[in-house]
Amino acid sequence: MQALYAQLLVGLINGSFYALLSLGLAVIFGMLNIINFAHGALYMMGAFCAYFLLNIAGIGYWPALIIAPIVVGIFGMILERTMLQWLTGLDHLYGLLLTFGIALIVQGVFQNYFGSSGLPYAIPDELRGGVNLGFMFLPIYRGWVVIFSLVVCLATWYLIEKTRLGANLRAATENPTLVRAFGINVPRMITLTYGLGVGLAALAGVLSAPINQVRPLMGADLIIVVFAVVVIGGMGSIMGSIITGFALGVIEGLTKYFYPEASNTVVFVLMVLVLLVKPTGLTGRAA
Amino acid sequence: MSAMTDDTLPVTPRAVRDEMIVFAAMAVLLGLVPMTGIYPFFVMQALCFALLACAFNLLIGYGGLLSFGHAMFLGTAGYCTAHALKVWGLPPELGILVGVVAAAALSVITGFISIRRQGIYFSMITLALSQLLYFIYLQAPFTHGEDGIQGIPQGYLFGIFNLAQPTVLYYVVLAGFLGGFLLIYRTINSPFGEVLKSIRENEQRAISLGYKTDQYKLLAFILSGTLAGFAGSLKVFVAQNASLTDVHWTMSGEIVLMTLVGGLGTVFGPVVGAFVIIAMQQYLAGFGQWVTVIQGVIFVACVLTFRRGIIGEIAHYLRRSL
Repeated sequence: MQALYAQLLVGLINGSFYALLSLGLAVIFGMLNIINFAHGALYMMGAFCAYFLLNIAGIGYWPALIIAPIVVGIFGMILERTMLQWLTGLDHLYGLLLTFGIALIVQGVFQNYFGSSGLPYAIPDELRGGVNLGFMFLPIYRGWVVIFSLVVCLATWYLIEKTRLGANLRAATENPTLVRAFGINVPRMITLTYGLGVGLAALAGVLSAPINQVRPLMGADLIIVVFAVVVIGGMGSIMGSIITGFALGVIEGLTKYFYPEASNTVVFVLMVLVLLVKPTGLTGRAA
Repeated sequence: MSAMTDDTLPVTPRAVRDEMIVFAAMAVLLGLVPMTGIYPFFVMQALCFALLACAFNLLIGYGGLLSFGHAMFLGTAGYCTAHALKVWGLPPELGILVGVVAAAALSVITGFISIRRQGIYFSMITLALSQLLYFIYLQAPFTHGEDGIQGIPQGYLFGIFNLAQPTVLYYVVLAGFLGGFLLIYRTINSPFGEVLKSIRENEQRAISLGYKTDQYKLLAFILSGTLAGFAGSLKVFVAQNASLTDVHWTMSGEIVLMTLVGGLGTVFGPVVGAFVIIAMQQYLAGFGQWVTVIQGVIFVACVLTFRRGIIGEIAHYLRRSL
C-alpha cells in the first residue's frame, strides 16, 4: 500500500506539471493561435534560471520562484515581439514550425554547455523532511509542489474567467478587431498573454528542479506528453486543461504501480482511446 | 493554407513537360554519380531521405496535413526489414517487402486515428503516436533497445545483384528512389491528387461537393506512410543498422525541415532539401550539438523569411510549377 500511495503522489506531481504546461499552451493558443512547441524548452529555462540564481548570484529557492518566471516570461515576450507576431494571418502550422525551431536552438545551446546529465538543485531548508500521515510518509516538498501548483492553476483560471482583464482577453480571442475598436491595445495583450503562458512553464520548471534535477532535455519529452494531454482535454476550456492534467498524472502514477512497463505509454494510449470514442476531445469544442 | 498556395499554378501540359525534363535531368545526373568519385554512401543516404521527404510532402504539400511523426514509418520499416534479413535470413526483396507491409499496416492504424482531428491537432496526434511507438521499440526485445540491430547482411537482390558492392547498391537505391518519386508524381497529378488539393484549399467545400474527404485523407496518409516505410527499408541496406534514432521525434523534425527548406508543396523541393540537410549534417558532424542549433536557426529563418523554400522561390521566379 505504501508503494501505491507513493506512486499516486508522484502521479499528482507529474499531473501538476502537465496542468501548468497544458494551461499555458491553452492560454497561448487562445490568443495567438499558435501551438507553442518551445514550451518544453522554456520550462527547462525556468529550471536553469533557478539553478543560475542559486549558483552564481546566491539567490535561493523562494526568490527564484518569482524571478525565474519573470525572466523567462520576458524572454518569451521578446520572442513574441521579434518573431511570432509576424506569423499573424498565416496557417497555424507555421507557428508550430517556428516554435519547434526555437526549441531546437534553446535546447541545443544548453546541451552544448551542460551536456545531457542532470545538475542537482537542493530542496530549500524550509521544505525538507516529511510528515508521517499514518498511511504513508509524505515528503513535504512534494506535497508543497502539488498544493502550490493547484493554487497557481486556480488563480490563473480565476484571472481569465472572473476578472475584467480576463474578460478583455476572452473577448480579444473571439474578435480582436472589435476589441481594438474599443480602444484596447490587443497586440500588447497578445505579448503579455504569451509572457503569462511562458511564465507558467518556467514556474513549473523551478518547481521541478529539486525533484527531477536540471537537464537541458528535461522539457523535450515532457512537451510531447503534454501535447497528448492537450489532445485528450481539448484547449477550449481552462478548467478542462487543469483537471485533465492532474487526472492524467494520477492515472500515470497508478499505471506505474500496477503495470510499470506501460507507464511511459499510458497517456498516449489514453489519447488513442479518447480519439476513437470522442474525436473532439473530452471538453468538446472541435478544432 | 492560403499563404502556402498563393502561386499554385494550374496543371498544364507545359508544367508537366517542364517537370518531366527536370526529372530526366535529375535521373541522369544521379545516374552519373558513381563515375564522378563522389562518396556514394553520402548520396545513397540522401536519396533515402529524399524519398522520405517526398512521401511526407505528399501529405503536407498536397493534403495540407502536417505530420510530426513520420519517423515512425521510417523506423518501423527499418526494424522489420533488419529483423527479417538478420534473424529470419530472408533475401533482400522479401526483407523490403516485410518492412513496407509493416509500415503500410502501421499507417492504416495511425491514419485512422489521426485524421479524426484537423489542423494543429493532427500534428500533435501524429507526434504523440510516434512517441508511443518509440517507447514500445525502446522496450521490445527484438529491437535490442539502445544498441539497435547492427551488422545487417546485405545479400543478393533477386539472387543476382550483390548489394555488398557499393555501385550495385547505389543503382538499386537510385531505382527505388526514382520509382517512389514517379509514383508520388503520378498521384499528385491524378484526379485523386486534385481532390486532395481541393481538401487542402477548402475542406468544407469539398465535402459539400460530395467527396468523402476522410477517405481521401486516409488514403493519402497510407500512401505517404507506406512510401516512407519503403525509404526506411532501403536505408537499412545503406546504413546496415536500425536504431532508435530513426524513430525519435528529432528525426520527424528533420523530415519536416528538409521539406520546408526545399519547398512545401513543390515536386522537387523535398529532394533538394534532403540533399542540403544531409550535406550540412555531414559537413558539420564535428560540431556536436551545434548542428541542432543550426537546424533550429534554419527552421526559424525559413518560416520567417523563406516560406516558399529553395525550389518554391525558383518556381516563383520562373513562374513555373516545379
